[in-house]
Amino acid sequence: MKHLLSTADLSREEAVLILDTAAELAAVTDRSVKKLPTLRGRTVVNLFFEDSTRTRISFELAAKRLSADVINFAAKGSSVSKGESLKDTALTLEAMGADAVVIRHGSSGAPHRLANSDWIQGSVINAGDGTHEHPTQALLDAFTLRRHLRSGAGDLSGIRVAIVGDILHSRVARSNVLLLKTLGAEVTVVAPPTLMPYGVESWPCHTSYSIDDVLPDVDAIMMLRVQAERMQAAYFPSSLEYSRMFGLDSARVARLPEHAIVMHPGPMNRGMEISADVADSPRSVMVEQVTNGVSVRMAVMYLLLGGMQEEI
Amino acid sequence: MTLVVRGVRPYGEDAVDIVVSDGVIVELAPPGTAAGEIVDADGLVALPGFVDLHTHLREPGREDAETVRTGSQAAALGGFTCVHAMANTSPVADTAGVVEQVWRLGQEAGLVDVRPVGAVTVGLGGERMAELGAMAHSAAQVRVFSDDGKCVHDAVLMRRALEYVKAFDGVVAQHAQEPRLTENAQMNESELSGRLGLVGWPAVAEEAIIARDVLLAEHVGSRLHVCHLSTAGSVEVVRWAKARGVQVTAEVTPHHLVLTEDLVATYDPVYKVNPPLRTAEDVGALREALADGTIDIIATDHAPHPHEDKDCEWAAAAMGMLGLETAFGVAMETMVVPGRLSWRELAQRMSAAPARIGGVRTQGHELIPGAVANIAVVDPEGTYLVDPTKLASKSRNSPYAGRTLPGRVVHTIYAGTPTVLDGALS
Repeated sequence: MKHLLSTADLSREEAVLILDTAAELAAVTDRSVKKLPTLRGRTVVNLFFEDSTRTRISFELAAKRLSADVINFAAKGSSVSKGESLKDTALTLEAMGADAVVIRHGSSGAPHRLANSDWIQGSVINAGDGTHEHPTQALLDAFTLRRHLRSGAGDLSGIRVAIVGDILHSRVARSNVLLLKTLGAEVTVVAPPTLMPYGVESWPCHTSYSIDDVLPDVDAIMMLRVQAERMQAAYFPSSLEYSRMFGLDSARVARLPEHAIVMHPGPMNRGMEISADVADSPRSVMVEQVTNGVSVRMAVMYLLLGGMQEEI
Repeated sequence: MTLVVRGVRPYGEDAVDIVVSDGVIVELAPPGTAAGEIVDADGLVALPGFVDLHTHLREPGREDAETVRTGSQAAALGGFTCVHAMANTSPVADTAGVVEQVWRLGQEAGLVDVRPVGAVTVGLGGERMAELGAMAHSAAQVRVFSDDGKCVHDAVLMRRALEYVKAFDGVVAQHAQEPRLTENAQMNESELSGRLGLVGWPAVAEEAIIARDVLLAEHVGSRLHVCHLSTAGSVEVVRWAKARGVQVTAEVTPHHLVLTEDLVATYDPVYKVNPPLRTAEDVGALREALADGTIDIIATDHAPHPHEDKDCEWAAAAMGMLGLETAFGVAMETMVVPGRLSWRELAQRMSAAPARIGGVRTQGHELIPGAVANIAVVDPEGTYLVDPTKLASKSRNSPYAGRTLPGRVVHTIYAGTPTVLDGALS
């Protein structure tokens, strides 16, 4: 495996290897010196064409914990905002000797272009492309699910997960549906019909228009951010109606099985898709998701850049 | 001066010598008997020179992508003797001045008839009718009007345009795309678009406009031409309209006859085109419709773009693909070789019918004495390996790179003069 572009490219074995590696690397985070020499002398570039503080710092921290040199290249305030193309930016990074490029881009498929062009030689890690995929988010979600529901080992066979919200525009949903299916979980996507992707019935998951129908039968519920501009585009009549019909509040949480966990990839719209008390409740694992994100991203870089298992 | 196309088989029928004098076919003589300047065509097939109703020559404005001259060269190499230059140039061809400029550039290049298409609305803005009459009565004698690239979506404006062009036997060629249903659309809306996270361009956005327009054309008794049909549903609508007696004609591009949306999964923008590549079912319906005459013609929608506009991420890339130099090969592969069209039917679809729709009296003639000598001589046994670096077009955005297409254009004769001999510009 040279690149991580889509969770569709991961076999069950590869996905489990990433999770297992992340678990081992997570132990490092508990040490007082949180650093491994594995990627010393390697250069990782965070190439962010879209604002995303949390994903960028997660990748940055992950690379630094593996002792890589990290360059942050953000669109704002750089030549990119002056109209420099993806290609020219890539050629520049190549000339500087980037071993891996972590790319976040607003255009679906931009990481594929980068990986399949002759612009750069290094590994490409998709950190979110348009409304396509966000593979490391799905991996950290799987890692979190496995920790809570499978004692941190193996795959996710038989686990039932609902993903609720703007499925149409969500790269998190796409990556999760593919990865969780590969790992054996049973996924239901829940949204109003206007926020379901065309052709969703052929996805490897169930679909529902009602959060209340799925609540009693899930082991985890993943709430997605719903952006206010979707309302302007008439995907739903008002944020109040959305919140009433699809928001997760404490009354709905009470109808989840007792062991079920509440997830959110962040950033949240408190009061929209999730109420503040649910977000801050012990059922919610959002803070842990952030922590796990670092471990999973360490694992991905470690495996892509050819670190040796014994060095951990 | 007498030119003899020796031993050629018109429409794949019995071999003759086509004798050309003063730009006109004067005789079909027994093979090997006529004297004059000989163009060897022994065993090859003669067809009337192809007429493209839908070409983007990019001049004026985007001479970095194509010029009237390079586009004319590509056309001649593809067996064309006439192209219709679309209006979405910069400035837009919405005045007599611009269409006359394009027409004059075509004359200067002298390789094909360059017939400018006039914009329907000022600046392709979709708000105010352009001076269609002035363009019709200019030296360019515009007969085809189109906002191609954009849809004339205002129903009243479309109605008025359909009515107005009757005064000079013009035709409105509609780019059928409901704008609100296709905002920021990137590819065919399908299961694949959902998976790839690309904004979908639903078939209904094309079909709904065609349905509206055929009813408008019927209501006002006007001719309507539909550009680049791309869906099975559009075929059904046009078939229905024709059965009702509506004066509607329709075109299909070579790429919609052979390429499908699956190619978009590569995220390679060479496959980005408007209307988008559709499904295999759509391709099947389009081939069938072209065979049974529901779709009247093949039109290339030759759309050159400079390298940088395709060498980028999908969403940033321009829409469109080259077509002039590969149209015949694709028609061979999809229609002639599988037996869907005879040579005479292919001549209808690529020459006679587009000439008739475009009101071009000097083109699309049958290969008989008295006809203007516009002739494409093709080798049905030959093949053509597509190498974008070797195209005459200034641009390289061919979706067929590396592909071998059946058939080869060997000679092209335009108004009695060879423009292409042995596959090379003469």
